[in-house]
Amino acid sequence: MIYQGKQKIWSDYQKDIPDDHWYYARSCIRQSFFPASEKYFLKICRDLLGKDICDNEHHTTCGGIAYHSDTIPQETAMTIVARQFALMTECGYDNLVVSCITSFGNYTETIETWREFPELEARIRENLWKACRREFKIPKYIAHASDLVYKFRNQIAENAQYRLVDKETGEPLKIVEHIGCHYSKMFPHKGVGGAEYPCVLSGMVESWGGQVIDYPERRHCCGFGFRQYLVKANRGYCVSNTHKKFESMEPYHPDAIITNCPGCPYFLDRWQYVIAEQTGKTYGQNGYGIPVFTYEELAGLVLGENPWDLGLQVHQVAVEPFLDKIGIEYKPSEKYLGLNKEDLLRPEMPQVLKCH
Amino acid sequence: MLEIGKKTETCIVTTKLYDELCKDYRFREGLKACINCGTCTAICPAAEFYRYDPRKIVDTVQRKDDSEIEALLRSETIWYCGECMSCMTRCPRSNAPGKVIMALRNLSVKLGYFTESERGRQIYPLTEAINRNILEYGYCVYPDTFRFEDHPESGPVWKWHLEHKEASYARMGANYKGKGPGALRQIAPEDMSELKAIFDVSGGTERTALVEEFSRKKAEEMGMSMEEYRRHTFEHCSDIHFNND
Ligand code: SF4
Ligand code: SF4
Repeated sequence: MIYQGKQKIWSDYQKDIPDDHWYYARSCIRQSFFPASEKYFLKICRDLLGKDICDNEHHTTCGGIAYHSDTIPQETAMTIVARQFALMTECGYDNLVVSCITSFGNYTETIETWREFPELEARIRENLWKACRREFKIPKYIAHASDLVYKFRNQIAENAQYRLVDKETGEPLKIVEHIGCHYSKMFPHKGVGGAEYPCVLSGMVESWGGQVIDYPERRHCCGFGFRQYLVKANRGYCVSNTHKKFESMEPYHPDAIITNCPGCPYFLDRWQYVIAEQTGKTYGQNGYGIPVFTYEELAGLVLGENPWDLGLQVHQVAVEPFLDKIGIEYKPSEKYLGLNKEDLLRPEMPQVLKCH
Repeated sequence: MLEIGKKTETCIVTTKLYDELCKDYRFREGLKACINCGTCTAICPAAEFYRYDPRKIVDTVQRKDDSEIEALLRSETIWYCGECMSCMTRCPRSNAPGKVIMALRNLSVKLGYFTESERGRQIYPLTEAINRNILEYGYCVYPDTFRFEDHPESGPVWKWHLEHKEASYARMGANYKGKGPGALRQIAPEDMSELKAIFDVSGGTERTALVEEFSRKKAEEMGMSMEEYRRHTFEHCSDIHFNND
């Protein structure tokens, strides 16, 4: 198709995401904090959309957190990445879909750097052969898992049981989206909508009936900062950045936040708890926080999945006010039960932040 | 270990640092030509919080003055960046101050200068925790080493989760420590050996040992056992870092 005028400009920000046949690379952080999100991503892709996605047990961390915490040399990070590519190649796939923004940045940076410095690619190939006796093809396409959910957002909407709409008023719910720095700040042309108009999450929100909120600090970092969070002494940096975002979004009264990176939802959720306990301030209504979701969780909710199967019980900010606004059914008494309904007791309640 | 690291006292080092930086691909990609516009500083989350100015750092290395570069490598300054790369999007000259920082940190570690600053010394607890997670479990972050005492901000809900890890992960559909694919599966020994071999051939093992060696020396100098030093560098925060202006 030949685009002209504004259409042409906009087409530069679009990604031509392949339709099928993906090799999946998991995320250390998403697996640790939101494992159900990865499960539901695969379930949606395979069962609802009928896609072929390979989930290979032999892959490992991509090393991205170590790389950006400066604990491994660039060559080590790249050789780990090369091994992931080799596993994908051996399984017969060309398209890599990754579950983490740090990984997405890491894989993309590796390929872009090799393009500029082919001698480095040659050295990494040698490293990989020496260490693992493996060879690889560079993926034809690298997507973040949210790119696929974005691509198929309308199919998800067609199958949805709920919409992001207030059941009392019929008004769209107000949603803040946070795409995560390494999605499109490093290589803007790799993200849907680029760094200027990232629409990977806002597209989902609108398709599922919600309204996206624009606010001054929309693109500000969540404050992870790698070493700034991973070392206890530095965490003031993280909470200050999150605080800045919440102060900026507060006047718009968001009903929820949707996130792209697996780290951001953890930070945006937990720092609300810390801010509440330290200062007494809460950002939701009636002493609650603003619930923060991964895109898989939000997709699962509109598709009618049980919130506790989606893992929403391990959020610190209570999700119930949001579920109630939409009218999503759930059993409060089953929130903290095990898989076979065994009693796992209950978490203590925070002193200030209202929870269930 | 780099030869020049041993020769700092005799100042032979002073013509070499810029050349060393140029060997780092991140430096070559991250610094083309800086026009000192300050856009990076304006967008930088670290510059707002810390006494930190990426523009000045890029300008300093651009001047190729090795004594100034050496001062940077020994300073607190280079450890304030959060590597968010917000600067990379906005620089009108396609520089990436965050990448320049990565190269500076890399060199500071190679030369052992990192132990001369409070924030630099944190490389030890970071390396110890993350590289161990990678080599023991195959994950950068792993629930068994994520201790609630070190992460009170993870909240009472995560304390509860960690106390019921097996059951809670099962409820969320994870394959925690299980065989085959899935979230938090146990990564097979043959895959773990490959990771170890990758560390060996690509400088990861050498880097871990170097950090340990320099940190051990520093711990001795500070009169601490390695465990005391690890805890101290992980927890201690003096008030010299913040941008209170
Ligand atoms: S990468 Fe570092 S220097 Fe660049 S904006 Fe982020 S914190 Fe600032
Ligand atoms: S934005 Fe780029 S050109 Fe401007 S001061 Fe920063 S590095 Fe230099």
